[in-house]
Amino acid sequence: MRQNLVSFIVGFIFAIGLGISGMTQPQKVVGFLDLFGNWDPSLVFVMIGAILIHLVVYKLFSKRPSPLLSEKWHLPTKKEVTPSLVVGSALFGIGWALAGYCPGPALVSLSSGSIDVAVFVVSMLLGMIIFKITDKKIGFNR
Amino acid sequence: MREAFLGGILIGLAVSVMLVFNGRVTGISGIIQGSLFESDGKFWRISLLLGLILGGLTLSILNPELVSQTYTIEKWRYPVAGILVGFGTLLGSGCTSGHGVCGISRLSVRSILATMSFIGFGILTVFILRMFGVTV
Repeated sequence: MRQNLVSFIVGFIFAIGLGISGMTQPQKVVGFLDLFGNWDPSLVFVMIGAILIHLVVYKLFSKRPSPLLSEKWHLPTKKEVTPSLVVGSALFGIGWALAGYCPGPALVSLSSGSIDVAVFVVSMLLGMIIFKITDKKIGFNR
Repeated sequence: MREAFLGGILIGLAVSVMLVFNGRVTGISGIIQGSLFESDGKFWRISLLLGLILGGLTLSILNPELVSQTYTIEKWRYPVAGILVGFGTLLGSGCTSGHGVCGISRLSVRSILATMSFIGFGILTVFILRMFGVTV
């Protein structure tokens, strides 16, 4: 129960952070990717701010035997670099650049009531379902 | 730039609270995936997604400019982008939050490579769109 409450609060703060940083405005995201055109460096500052804080907190806390509300850590342990990792991320990058949305900001922007955002989110869920079906057949090594 | 940095710090705090209390990565694509397809841990995932959406509603009340959609591009780009983002983030095991923020902070080689891949291909895509005279 307490873990669910923490998750809810995390989602809420995360959304406010995305909004304040400008990452819910797709033109800023595409502006960041427009390196050879009209470059908007905002996203660099967002990432520096977020990574700075998290790097320190991770260094300080990850040596503990467990997190505060769970008996064990649930962090990714896979080290192997696979083609799926790079190709999947590339496909994500293309989609990210096409509309200026990644999953978090898209969900946050649903509140705008924009049909475009809704179409993006529904298509994203469809993309995930397509992945699940192909993964069942092929069994990607992710 | 000040807002960008400030927002980044809030994002860093949010993912840090998740790590310290629940011991988990805040990767939005993975959380959406898990809330749909995993039988275990549905509740914490749905709670987080509800927090995100409610945060969005709060923004739309306090400062509607931040979430209002003023970006005008060709309509075909939304469904195509959505499918690529949905499929790509699952195949690549993460998105901007999971790889770009959480993974890089843990100095994960996988996440650093994934982030280079999606930013690199994002830049390439915008470059190609511009080459074809599409507005970006």
